[in-house]
Amino acid sequence: MHRTADGPALLDRIDPRSRILAAIAFALVVSVVNRPPALLAALACAFVSAAFSGVGPRDMLRRLAPLNVFMLLLVALMPLSSGGRQLGTVGPFPYGADGLRLALTIAAKGNAIVLLLIALAGSLDINTVGHAMSHFRVPDKLTHLLLFTVRYLDVLRREYHRLRVAIEVRAFRPGVNMHTYRTYGRLAGMLLVRSLDRSERVVAAMKCRGFHGHFYLLDHFHYSRRDALFAAVAAAILAGIARLEWL
Amino acid sequence: MSDPLVKLERVTFRYGERTVLDQCDLAISPAERIGLVGANGSGKTTLLGLIVGLRRPALGRVIVFGKPREREADFRAVRGRVGLLFQDSDDQLFCPTVAEDVAFGPFNLGKSRREVEEIVARTLAELGLEGYAHRVTYKLSGGEKRLVALATVLAMEPEVLLLDEPTAGLDETAAERVTGILAGLPQAMLIVSHDHPFLARIAGRTLCLRHGRLQEAS
Ligand SMILES: Nc1ncnc2c1ncn2[C@@H]1O[C@H](COP(=O)(O)OP(=O)(O)OP(=O)(O)O)[C@@H](O)[C@H]1O
Ligand SMILES: [Mg+2]
Repeated sequence: MHRTADGPALLDRIDPRSRILAAIAFALVVSVVNRPPALLAALACAFVSAAFSGVGPRDMLRRLAPLNVFMLLLVALMPLSSGGRQLGTVGPFPYGADGLRLALTIAAKGNAIVLLLIALAGSLDINTVGHAMSHFRVPDKLTHLLLFTVRYLDVLRREYHRLRVAIEVRAFRPGVNMHTYRTYGRLAGMLLVRSLDRSERVVAAMKCRGFHGHFYLLDHFHYSRRDALFAAVAAAILAGIARLEWL
Repeated sequence: MSDPLVKLERVTFRYGERTVLDQCDLAISPAERIGLVGANGSGKTTLLGLIVGLRRPALGRVIVFGKPREREADFRAVRGRVGLLFQDSDDQLFCPTVAEDVAFGPFNLGKSRREVEEIVARTLAELGLEGYAHRVTYKLSGGEKRLVALATVLAMEPEVLLLDEPTAGLDETAAERVTGILAGLPQAMLIVSHDHPFLARIAGRTLCLRHGRLQEAS
């Protein structure tokens, strides 16, 4: 399942662009279907995809956990005082079937969509997403913004940690006093100044290497037979789910 | 003697009130390897910046490849042919992956994709960075960043190398490797370093920056 000895997982070998598109299409379709057979099919499809993705089962659970905490809350609370056949009572409140059905529908949809998103796009790092964006004709500027943000968020974070450590090794203890506020003020100010400075030096570095406004992404995706097959299978599955809903 | 590739003539540079270079002269001849030493804050980094036009002198002339350079447009032509290794690698590396960062310069020089891929592979191999191509630059260690930054400069095959502390932060093996590589390159170099044995091995002569002027160091 997970990253096997013989190279990346099956789904990871699919062109990132197809994967992103398929994930979006799936999310759209699943968000509008409501009948149990269609939802079950969608869930099954998401599980199978997850099994063929490069994301390990433990990672998968970790990422699904927050969603399902919320879903549990829904299942517990939504049926209270709802209509439909009464399934029992919780204290003074009736526990209705309509509410339960609705809550379960939402839980199934949510899990199917998130699971598939993780399976298809979860193993893409942000850089690949950036590259894919530029292939979708997302404006260059936006793509650069994304790529730079990723790169420099980390520089910022490190700059922040460096400052943080610098004040902590000199026995700074935050408290509710003027000294603390002044120190935090200075920290924020320094962070801004340093980052600005940093960005100027990066522009200098780019100029030194002959930059004139265009980025070249080295990773070129290749659309292969495998991708065509993937697209066909994805389309067939979506059609199947739609059929279960509307026919 | 052939014409110098880089020449500073009585260059004066100030940050506000503080004069960092005071009528400083310098000439780098083809194939010459010059070491540059000087106290912290003596202006070594500033001097390198002046040669590629990141800073402009208050007085004096910067002559590169035989032409006086004054405006941004003059320096644009210089930068493709003079490689500058920044003192802080975080300033130098800005692409997501190592391969892209190394490819950035050659692409800007108008090389084709195939040529660039070839250059990237070769440069990384020379520096012992095989297998780093798809690593994310911001997750590299300080020394690894140093080597990748050097790769980005060497990939452009510049005619003159300006290296700001190339071996700082490298372990012995890596420093040794960099020394070997630099010693084997035909280009003219100006190498800033506080590592005197390293300079003794690699540089033909060493200059010392003091009080805004360059003197032959003993
Ligand atoms: N952007 C700046 N604005 C104002 N002053 C600066 C700036 N950059 C450097 N200086 C000052 O100019 C002087 C020379 O700095 P420079 O970075 O060239 O020194 P250096 O010789 O490279 O030092 P080191 O060995 O520490 O790298 C220092 O006193 C420094 O404080
Ligand atoms: Mg310096």
